[in-house]
Amino acid sequence: METLLEVRDLHVTFSTYGGTVKAVRGVYFHLNKGETLAIVGESGCGKSVTSQAIMRLIPEPPGKITKGEVIFKGKDLASYTEKQMRAIRGVDISMIFQDPMTALNPTLTIGTQLMEGLREHQAVSGEEAKIKALEMMHLVGIPNPKERLKQYPHHFSGGMRQRIVIAMALICEPELLIADEPTTALDVTIQAQILELFGHIQATTGVSIILITHDLGVVAKIADRIAVMYAGKIIETGTKHDIFYDAQHPYTKGLLNSVPRLDLKEERLTPIDGTPPDLFSPPRGCPFTPRCPLAMEVCGKVYPVTTERSRSHHVDCWLQDERAQQLLARTANQ
Amino acid sequence: MLRYVGKRLLMMLLTLWVIVSLTFVLMVTIPGSPFNSERGTNEAVQSNLEAHYNLDEPYIVQYVLYLKSIATFDFGPSIKQPSQTVNDMLGRGFPISFELGIITIIVAVISGVTLGVFAALKHNQIIDYLAMGFAVLGISIPNFVLATLLIQQLAVNLEWFPVARWLSPTHMILPITALATGPMAIIARLTRSTMLEVLTQDYIKMARAKGLAPWKIICKHALKNALMPVVTIMGTLLAGILTGTFVIEKIFAVPGMGKYFVESINQRDYPVIMGTTVFYSAFLIIMLFLVDIAYGILDPRIKLHKKGGK
Repeated sequence: METLLEVRDLHVTFSTYGGTVKAVRGVYFHLNKGETLAIVGESGCGKSVTSQAIMRLIPEPPGKITKGEVIFKGKDLASYTEKQMRAIRGVDISMIFQDPMTALNPTLTIGTQLMEGLREHQAVSGEEAKIKALEMMHLVGIPNPKERLKQYPHHFSGGMRQRIVIAMALICEPELLIADEPTTALDVTIQAQILELFGHIQATTGVSIILITHDLGVVAKIADRIAVMYAGKIIETGTKHDIFYDAQHPYTKGLLNSVPRLDLKEERLTPIDGTPPDLFSPPRGCPFTPRCPLAMEVCGKVYPVTTERSRSHHVDCWLQDERAQQLLARTANQ
Repeated sequence: MLRYVGKRLLMMLLTLWVIVSLTFVLMVTIPGSPFNSERGTNEAVQSNLEAHYNLDEPYIVQYVLYLKSIATFDFGPSIKQPSQTVNDMLGRGFPISFELGIITIIVAVISGVTLGVFAALKHNQIIDYLAMGFAVLGISIPNFVLATLLIQQLAVNLEWFPVARWLSPTHMILPITALATGPMAIIARLTRSTMLEVLTQDYIKMARAKGLAPWKIICKHALKNALMPVVTIMGTLLAGILTGTFVIEKIFAVPGMGKYFVESINQRDYPVIMGTTVFYSAFLIIMLFLVDIAYGILDPRIKLHKKGGK
């Protein structure tokens, strides 16, 4: 499979009055063509920052990409100038934001907002842009597109707005779509519709998707591969199967245990105790140590090496070490 | 839309009627008459004069005559300067006052918005601090103080501009600066704060994610939203500029309407009071109406024809 995007050792910091927040601390992942990668993690783990860093949309200052490479189709976007980046945004990589109620400009018509990306990047006439816009609205399933083009965002419901935002992101036929919690602000039935729409779009356009979410239900539905993020690092990656049936990192297991399941009779969900670490001064070792039920002495001191369990499944955890495995086996026997 | 305009026009007429009636009540309750100061007129002359101007009639008759003159927009001659009609005075004074006011508004809006946008874009940088320091000064200094300062420094000491009068564009610079600074400062501060808020909105991020050029993001996406509050306060600012013209016209000896307005009240020149009041009120009401219309055009969420709206 062809690699479309590869992120290597990405570091992002934010300077605040209280000090420097190390929001993303050495993230590695890759995305193949036509694939859906889900980045999962709790609030504040750096997943949105990572996605915005790929598009270089982090407000500078206070934010700053301090280190790392973002290789998109063989070129390092991290070294691009702002002007070069502008030619990438919307054309090769597009983004969808969480809240469709605020992602559309209330004072401009849907048509204007849909077409402006196209008109910015491609030499098209007004008529051609309109045809393309109608085509996109049809693709995302908006009835009466012709009349709808002249309307304003407040004439649309939340789900319809998210469809418009998706149409807006796809109008220049990008190869990569980054969706930052695209269903979080929607109610469950609309969520399901939008997720189906993602599947439909991928089938028709072949776009690769990075899906940022904290909702494992969403992930299970549409992701091919999953990257679990914690305190600015990706601690486990694998295929959907790897993560859901063979999770290795205690944090991933904790996440899965905290999701309600229909097939088990447990009345209470199992939360992960404690809170994520302070990213002003992130811990030296594994950031999950204070909350980890299986923490060992080494965990707090040294960040674990990445263990490759299979070609697709990678884990950053000391429990993968042979000695830890022996220890676990011994305690289990006793 | 048409229904809304019709309704608004009716309301405007009603407002005007209230103002006109209040003015009438004030005129008759203030002691004194136009003929008080003229010494030596005997009683017969005085009552003849009053009869000529219908001032001997009962108030209710005077009121009806007064309304009639307003409806026909014919206020008759001035009592103090019988050779001129009120319409002559308005015709001569209004274009000048209008020129002063309109240029002031244009200058205040353009410079205020520009200053505010730059301050917001350079948030917490030196340009922001300078612009906002300037704005605070502009708001705090009354226009008549600024006017005298400008005359003293730029006209008298440096001799760059004429001291007073309204003859050429160079004559306009000082009065317009004095009058526009306050509104400009208010607009600049407001634009800055709303712009700062708008720039953090998701649709701005979305516009950036589409790869739009920065100036397009500012002008097309941010400014239109940031200007909404500015349009809202335009009504109040207009009233301020209007009253400001009285003072500024006086200081710079600009032959506008302000002179007639103030003098007529002092001299109890009833027809002129009526004329100027009606004229000023009508003007302000129409301007406020235009502001409301502009608001509806800028923000599609505001529906002008339906009450409550969606």
